[in-house]
Amino acid sequence: MSAESSVAPLELERHRPYLLRFALLQLRERGAAEDAVQDALLAAIQGAAGFAGQSSVRTWLIGILKHKIIDSIRKTSREQPIDSRIEIEGAEDLEAFFADDGHFGEAPAEWASPERSLEERRFFEALERCLQSLPNNTARAFTMRELMGLETEEICKELRISTSNCWVMLYRARMSLRACLERIWFMAGPAKAG
Amino acid sequence: MGLRLSCKEASRLISQGMESRLSLGERIALRLHVRICDACTRFTSQVKFLRRALQAYPGPDDPEER
Repeated sequence: MSAESSVAPLELERHRPYLLRFALLQLRERGAAEDAVQDALLAAIQGAAGFAGQSSVRTWLIGILKHKIIDSIRKTSREQPIDSRIEIEGAEDLEAFFADDGHFGEAPAEWASPERSLEERRFFEALERCLQSLPNNTARAFTMRELMGLETEEICKELRISTSNCWVMLYRARMSLRACLERIWFMAGPAKAG
Repeated sequence: MGLRLSCKEASRLISQGMESRLSLGERIALRLHVRICDACTRFTSQVKFLRRALQAYPGPDDPEER
């Protein structure tokens, strides 16, 4: 009956842990992430015949999952619009990165072979830890931009914040993440290899 | 904003430039600053690296998941 389907449900199921990590990084809430993954896998099983085989199964699944994650974000922001004033007040901590004359308090250091980090699973765990240390909505805006690949206008619309607030949040996320990765990964010395 | 940027202004523009096209004046000021500032040169490549890292997320498989 599903002879024309090019991907078996069991083969899809194998990707569940991978999809869950992706959804969790964006949604930051286990229940919501599990729901999004479940919806994505169901949609994939129903549409398995539509898999053209031009990309990997995983890439295809991530594409479906992104839609389910956006649905989930929309639902949440309808139910509880964020108070951007609170987030923006927090932007004061950007000052902490700079001296009074506008120079970096602590200048960004040279990172040793960052590309090689992308081959290491532990690097991504460090990235997760750094993202978890960000304020909720700052992390949310940042992952919508960089993980989900949405444009700023879409992010402003979904989170119901102004473009300039959005830019401040992304700037702050980049400042914090850069400093955090430098501290716990790139400058962490032998401990990171352990 | 004058032609002479502080690192604080420059880093904000570097981030904003990843979201929308900066004005001509901003681009010129930023280029002048980055040319003489190692900190902001590194900042630029590091935030671009952050973008690649998120695109590669969740990264390599757990060996036991394969």
